[in-house]
Amino acid sequence: MSNPVPTSAVHRPRPGFVDRIGISVLLLAAGCVVLVLGGAVIYPGFLSPGYILQQLQIASFLGVIATGAMLVILLGEIDLSVPWTITGTAIVVTTLAGSNNPAIADLALPLGLATGAAIGFVNGLGVALFRVPAMVWTLAVNAMLLGAAVFYTGGFKPQGAVPWLATYAALGHTFGVPNAFLLWLIVGAMTLWLLHRTTYGTYLYAMGNSQRALFLAGARVRTITVCTFVLAGILSSLGAILLTGYTDQAYQGMGDPYLLPVIAAVVIGGTSILGGSGSYVGTFVGAVFITLLSSILAVMQMSDAARQIIFGATILAMLLAYRSSEKSAGT
Amino acid sequence: MNLLRRNRSLAITIAALLVLFAIFIAIHPRGFSVYVLTIWFNQGTLLGLAAIAQFFVVLVRGVDLSVGPIVALTNVAASYLLIGSPGGIALGIVAVLVLGAICGLANGVAVVYGRVPPIVTTLASGSIFSGLALLLRPTPGGGIDENLSDALTYDIYGVPASAILLIVVLLALTISLRFSLLGLTMYAIGSSEQSASMTGVRVGRVKLAAYGMSGIFSALTGLYVSMVTLTGDPAIGPAYTLNSIAAVVLGGVALTGGVGSPLGAVAGALILKTISSLMFFSGLPPLAQPFFEGLVLAVAISLGALGVFRIRNRLELFQ
Amino acid sequence: MAEALVRLKSVSKSYGGVPALTDVDFHCEPGLVHAILGENGAGKSTLMKLLAGVIQPDAGEIALSGRTTRLASPREAAQQGIVCMFQELSLMPHLSVGDNIVISAPRTRFGFLRRAAYDDARATLNGIGATGISLSARASELSLAERQLVEIAKALFRKPRLLILDEATSALTSELVETVFGVLRELKRRGVAILFISHRMHEVDAIADRISVFRNGRHIDTFDVGTRSPKEVIGLMIGRSLEELFPPRGATPPDDAPVVLNVSDLSWNGQLHNVDLQVRQGEIVGLGGLDGQGQQHLMHAVFGVLRKVSGRIEVNGRQINGVLPSQAKRSEIGLALVPEDRKTEGLILDMSVTENLRLAALSRAPFGILGLDTETEQRIRRLIDRLSLICGSFDAPVATLSGGNQQKVVLAKWLALSPKCLLLMDPTRGIDLPTKAQLYQLLRELAREGLAVVLHSTDYEELIHLCDRVYVFYNGRTVRQLTGDELTPNALIEASMNMPLPAGIRS
Repeated sequence: MSNPVPTSAVHRPRPGFVDRIGISVLLLAAGCVVLVLGGAVIYPGFLSPGYILQQLQIASFLGVIATGAMLVILLGEIDLSVPWTITGTAIVVTTLAGSNNPAIADLALPLGLATGAAIGFVNGLGVALFRVPAMVWTLAVNAMLLGAAVFYTGGFKPQGAVPWLATYAALGHTFGVPNAFLLWLIVGAMTLWLLHRTTYGTYLYAMGNSQRALFLAGARVRTITVCTFVLAGILSSLGAILLTGYTDQAYQGMGDPYLLPVIAAVVIGGTSILGGSGSYVGTFVGAVFITLLSSILAVMQMSDAARQIIFGATILAMLLAYRSSEKSAGT
Repeated sequence: MNLLRRNRSLAITIAALLVLFAIFIAIHPRGFSVYVLTIWFNQGTLLGLAAIAQFFVVLVRGVDLSVGPIVALTNVAASYLLIGSPGGIALGIVAVLVLGAICGLANGVAVVYGRVPPIVTTLASGSIFSGLALLLRPTPGGGIDENLSDALTYDIYGVPASAILLIVVLLALTISLRFSLLGLTMYAIGSSEQSASMTGVRVGRVKLAAYGMSGIFSALTGLYVSMVTLTGDPAIGPAYTLNSIAAVVLGGVALTGGVGSPLGAVAGALILKTISSLMFFSGLPPLAQPFFEGLVLAVAISLGALGVFRIRNRLELFQ
Repeated sequence: MAEALVRLKSVSKSYGGVPALTDVDFHCEPGLVHAILGENGAGKSTLMKLLAGVIQPDAGEIALSGRTTRLASPREAAQQGIVCMFQELSLMPHLSVGDNIVISAPRTRFGFLRRAAYDDARATLNGIGATGISLSARASELSLAERQLVEIAKALFRKPRLLILDEATSALTSELVETVFGVLRELKRRGVAILFISHRMHEVDAIADRISVFRNGRHIDTFDVGTRSPKEVIGLMIGRSLEELFPPRGATPPDDAPVVLNVSDLSWNGQLHNVDLQVRQGEIVGLGGLDGQGQQHLMHAVFGVLRKVSGRIEVNGRQINGVLPSQAKRSEIGLALVPEDRKTEGLILDMSVTENLRLAALSRAPFGILGLDTETEQRIRRLIDRLSLICGSFDAPVATLSGGNQQKVVLAKWLALSPKCLLLMDPTRGIDLPTKAQLYQLLRELAREGLAVVLHSTDYEELIHLCDRVYVFYNGRTVRQLTGDELTPNALIEASMNMPLPAGIRS
C-alpha cells in the first residue's frame, strides 16, 4: 500500500533552480579562491599558473568520475561500485594493451570503456528490474568486482602496458592546457547538453523528483535507470583510463580513494543526494574544490588523521550552510 | 501460526541461517564443538552488534555510513582505557559507550536539526570519526585487560560467552522495542513520518534517540572488537560499515524504514559470516573466494527482492 | 446558549500567495454537531488544519474557551482536547490497528505501553461497529472503509473536547454511517463539540444541528438546520445556481457512434470482478459509487498500471491487455490518464510549468532532442489559451500555481497528445469553483469534438449534470448503469449502497 498520506497541502515552493544553483556554486567558487589564496600564504608557488593547471589536471580525473556519479544521484540512486569499476577497468586496459597481439592491444581502450558500460548495465538491472536498493546492489557488485580482480591477478600487481593514448590524454598538454582538463571540459559540455537539451535530461531530473508521476506520464522509467547506470559506468571507466595514464600503471585498490571525494564533489556542488535537482556546474566546481582542498592539506603536511577530519568537517559545514540558506529563502 | 505468517521474511532469514550453519558445521573439520561454536559466535557478535547499530538508523529511514568509523574510534579509545583496576575498567567501558552515544547524537543533530540527509551526514562525520581514531592511535597497539577479554570471548560451561551476550542483548532490545512507547514511535516514524507527525509524535526527539542508540551499539561493537583482538586499530572501520548495511538488508530490514527487527539484523550478520566461513572451508581456491562471497551476497539480496515480480499494481514499484 | 468552545476572529491564511481563508469569523459550541459545507477550495480543509495545529494563521486569532491560544503543533492542539480526523488518513501503514490507535494518546508506565490502552482501543472500535477489524491487522491490509473506521476510532480514543471530522464517512455504507452517527450523538450529549465537514447533503441533514457555509475562503453564513431549503443552501455554497455551474447537456451521441473503449469481463486481484464497460466517441461516462469500490482500479487497469489483469480491454477495436502507460499513450492507442493526486502523480512539483506541460509529449520529440517538436509546442500554446491557464511565469515551479491551475496543466499535458480517450480520476477535487466551471465546459466541448471521456467523481452533481451515463460500482462490480432520466441523486445513492430501487419509484 502506498503511503496513505499524500504530500501535505502545505507545499513550500522551493526556490527556483537558479537561486539554488547560484548559492552553492557561488559559495564553492569563493571557497576555491580562498583555498588558493590561503594556500599561497603557506606556499607561494600556489599562485603560479603551472601549479593551478596541474591542479586542474588532477581534478579532471575526479571530475570525469563525478560526472557519472552525479547522473546516478540525480536519478535518486547511488553508485557504490565506483572503486572497483575503476580498478577493474584499469586492469582490463593494461592487460589488453600488454598483449602481444597488436589487434587486441588496439582494442584496449574501447574494451575498457565497454567494461564500464557492462558493469553499469549490471547495476542498472539490479536496481531497475529487481528493485534492489541501489546502495546494497552496487555494494554487492563492487564486492564481486573486487573478487574477480583478486582472482584474475592472484593478488599481485596487475601486469601489462599502458596505451599511449591514455598517457597522452592524462599527461599531455595542448597549447599549455592539460589534455585531461580539455577532455573534462568536453565531457562536461556533452553532459550539459544531455541534461538540458534532450528529453533524457528532462526525464532524469523528473525521476529524481517523482518516479511515480513520470511513470504515469508514460515514460519508460526502467530504461532511463539502466541507461543512467551505463553512462555512469562508462564515465567511471574513462576516469580510470586517465588515472592509468597518469600513474603509468594499474594497481590494486587504485579506485578506493575515489568514492568519498566523488560523492562529496557532487553533493557540495549543490546536487541533492535525494535526486531531482542540481546543476552540473556545481559538480564541476565541486571537483575542483575537493582537489584543491586535498592538495593544500597535503602540502601543509597534515597527517592523514587531520586531513580526514578537516575533509569531513568542511563537507558537513558546507551542507549545513546550504540547508540554512535554503530554509531562509524558501519560507 | 499467525505469528509465523506475520513475520514471514524473518522466518525465511532464520531458516536460511540455520541451513547455512548446518552446512558449515558439516564441512568444518572440527564439526559441532565448543571451539567452532565459540569462534562462530564471536565473529557473529562482532558484525551482529554493528548490524544492530545500523538497524536503529535504518528503522527511522536513514542510513549510517559512520558505523565503521565509530567502531574504529571506540576500539581505539578502549585500547587506552580498558586496562588497570576493575573500577577503572568499568569507568572505561562507560566512557567508551558515552563516546559512541555522543557520535551518534552528533549525527542525529545534523540530520534532525541541520536537515542534512543521513547518507551525506554520516559520510562526512564518518570521515571525522575515522580521522579522530587515527589521531588517537596512528598505528595499531594498546592493550586490553586479558581477564575481561577471556571472559567475553571464551565459553561458560560450554556455552560461548558471546552467544549469551547476543541473546541477552536481543531479548532486551526486542522487548523494549515492542512494548515501549519509544520503540513504537520509532517504527511509526519509519513507516510514515508525516502521519506520525500529524498524530502528535515528537519526531525530532525520537529520531535523535534512534541515532543515539546506533552510536551506543557501534561503541559496543568497538568494545567487543577490543576483546577479540586485544588491540586498538584505527583502520578496521570500512568493512563494518558496508557489511552492516548488507546484514540489515539480508535480515529483512527495509531501507525505507519502519520494518524489521534487531533479531533480523543479527541473523543477517550471522548469515554473512557463515557464508564467509563456508567459503573458507569449501575447498574453493582462496583467490576465488572473495568473488563468490560477493556473488552470494548479490544472489541473496535478489532473492529477497523477488517479491517484485508478484506485484499487481505497478505504482507500488515507484516510491 | 453555551459559551463558544472555539472562536476564530478575523483569521486569514494563504499558501504561497494564494489565499485559502480570508478574514474568517467563526465559532462553535459544545454539545452541538456543527456542519461545515462548501465546495472544494472553499477553505474547509484549511480551517480544520488551523484548528488541529497543523498550520498557523497568517492573521487573526484563535480563542479556546475564551482564552486566546496558539496551536503550534498537532501535539499542542491534542493537549487542548482538539482531535481531528483528516480526509487524507493519518495511519502508519506498517503498524497494526491497535498500535495506530494507541499511539495517538499513549499511556505508559516507566516508558512501557499499558495493555489497558489496547483494551480501550478494542472497546472504541467495537463502539463504532468495527467489531470485525482485528487489533493486530496491519493498517496497509485494510480496505478504505476499514481504514476510515480505524481513523474515527483513533480520534474518539483521544477523548476529545472538540472533534473534527473531515469527509470521514465517504467510503462507509449507510449502516456503518448510522452507527458512527449514533456515537456522535452520544458524544454530543456529553458536551463534546463536533465539527462535521462534508459535501454530502443527506448526511449533513441526518446529523447536524447547525450549518456554516464557506465559499472561496470566506465564511458566508451560519444557520440552524432546517431553516434553509436545499436549493438555498446549494446556492450559498456555490454562489450561483447549479444550472449556471454546469454547461447545458448537449445531444447524447447516437447509438451507432463507434465504441472507443470496450472493457469486457475485467477482473483483477480480487478487487475488480467481471467489469463490463463501453465508452463511445463523444460520450462522457461516469464512474460512481462509494469511495474505494474499484473505480480507480478500473482506470488504472485500462491505462496499464496494473498487472495480471484478466478479461479484455480494447481501444478502437485494438486489444491492449498488458500494455504499459508508455505504450498506452502512443497515438495508435491514444489513452490519457489524469491521476487522482495531482501533486504526487500528475505533476513534477519542482519542475517548471513549461516542463510539466511537455512531459507527456516528450516521447514524440525527434531524436530525443528538445525544441524540435514545433507541432506539439503549437498545440500546447493553443491549449494554454483554450484552458485560460494563467500564471506569473511559465518558468516558475508548477508548485506555485493554485490547485485549479495545476489541474489545468495536467490536462493540457495530456491534451497536447490529442488522445482518443481521456480517463479522469476525480479531477475537480480541491479545485475552486470558477476553474471547475471552466473544466466542465471544456469537457463538454471535447466530447462534442469526439473525445471519449471516462470520469470518476465523488460529487453527485458532477455525475448527474455532466455525464451521459454512469456506471455505479460496488465491491469491484458495476452494479447498475444509469442513463438520462434515471440519473438522479436518489438513484445514485441507492445504487452506491447496492440497494434495489423500489419498484416504480422515480424522483
